[in-house]
Amino acid sequence: MKNLPPETTPFFARDRGWHPPAFTPGYKTSVLRSPQRALISLEGTKSEVTGPVFGHNILGQFDNDLIINYAQPGESAIGQRIMVYGRVLDERGRGVPGALVEFWQANAGGRYRHKKETYLAPLDPNFGGFGRTITDDEGSYFFRTVKPGPYPWPNGVNDWRPAHIHFSVFGHGFAQRLITQMYFEGDPLIWLCPIVKTIPDEEAIKQLIAPLDMNATIPHDLRAYKFDIILRGRRSTLFENRLEGN
Amino acid sequence: MVQPLSYLKESPSQTAGPYVHIGCTPNFVGIGGVYDTDLGAGPMVNDKTRGERITIRGFVYDGAGTALKDALIEVWQADAQGFYNSPSETRGAADPNFFGWARCPGDMATGEFVFETIKPGRVPFRDGRLMAPHVTFWIVARGINLGLHTRMYFSDEEQANAEDPILSRIEHRMRVPTLIGQREGDTITFDIHLQGEKETIFFDI
Repeated sequence: MKNLPPETTPFFARDRGWHPPAFTPGYKTSVLRSPQRALISLEGTKSEVTGPVFGHNILGQFDNDLIINYAQPGESAIGQRIMVYGRVLDERGRGVPGALVEFWQANAGGRYRHKKETYLAPLDPNFGGFGRTITDDEGSYFFRTVKPGPYPWPNGVNDWRPAHIHFSVFGHGFAQRLITQMYFEGDPLIWLCPIVKTIPDEEAIKQLIAPLDMNATIPHDLRAYKFDIILRGRRSTLFENRLEGN
Repeated sequence: MVQPLSYLKESPSQTAGPYVHIGCTPNFVGIGGVYDTDLGAGPMVNDKTRGERITIRGFVYDGAGTALKDALIEVWQADAQGFYNSPSETRGAADPNFFGWARCPGDMATGEFVFETIKPGRVPFRDGRLMAPHVTFWIVARGINLGLHTRMYFSDEEQANAEDPILSRIEHRMRVPTLIGQREGDTITFDIHLQGEKETIFFDI
């Protein structure tokens, strides 16, 4: 895979019925932040089929270890120790190598380290709540963390977010840029959450729920959750219309 | 029966939420000690970057006309010659002193975003015609369920804009100015309106 030339073909059209629509009144903040006019369709040009590539030089040694990357020497974050692993694939099922994956989350008590966060659960002095990594030649990635807690948020009177980890992913083209969230198998709050419910299709929601993987679990150390991320695919062949003038 | 096509589905998007800074710009919200610098922060140019220095600044407004204080804006653009710093750029080598990508969180008090960059060169459209100089924008925030793609063109490029293959085919001409950054001196002002009379054109790419 490493020796293949970079691809320059356009991406598949995005299935906008699979993604949440912009206007989702059950998630109140979307009401005034949702465009109301039709999007203008634009098959990708050079400006969208290209994208930035990040080198390993941006990574620190512990960027993918949230248990210790903010902790005092010799200490570690409080909570259920877990590993999240998976692959970044495209819609053709091909691994996406060299993809920058960034993640952030609340601590084990459901509290974010952010100046605008006011939940009464305490901060953990040894937990920052973020990290990043770059996928390998097969598109694989992993990081170590503690399982985040659910937390209440101001939307409905009694809305709670299920435990989740935020993901930001770069593919090979800027049109693949994606931010999403990972949920945990078995969490009853998933199906009550107004943000989850912005996704219209139950099958699409399931795509964001990471299963527990006892095979990848390390005995007496940490449990493993598998989370594959699918980015847009691109045409494999270039029979371009109207190449005259290129 | 026919053979299955066997495509996977793209992971559905979820909002970046109010705490996107923790993951993407931790130093900006005072969480130091993990990343030396925030990725994509600071000037996009160095002393050796070729091209005309410009500053792009603006706000992202909601449907009530309030500036978002929690948006994250990313830009992606060609170098001064019109080449992208990407492996998928096959036409030539981009300026090694210009990465072409940056991200900026809106200021937490005012919401303003700022990019110090260069004016991009022209890039060919799919049929070979030249597009007018433009910068691609991607906007995420709490309340935005799927990142929004748009473009900023330049008000001092009237001729190029008039022949741009994308601008010229937009049916509702009164909306075209929502894609034009207004230039005064070296500063380009580009406000993004998520909704309302001045709603910015967003693209399904």
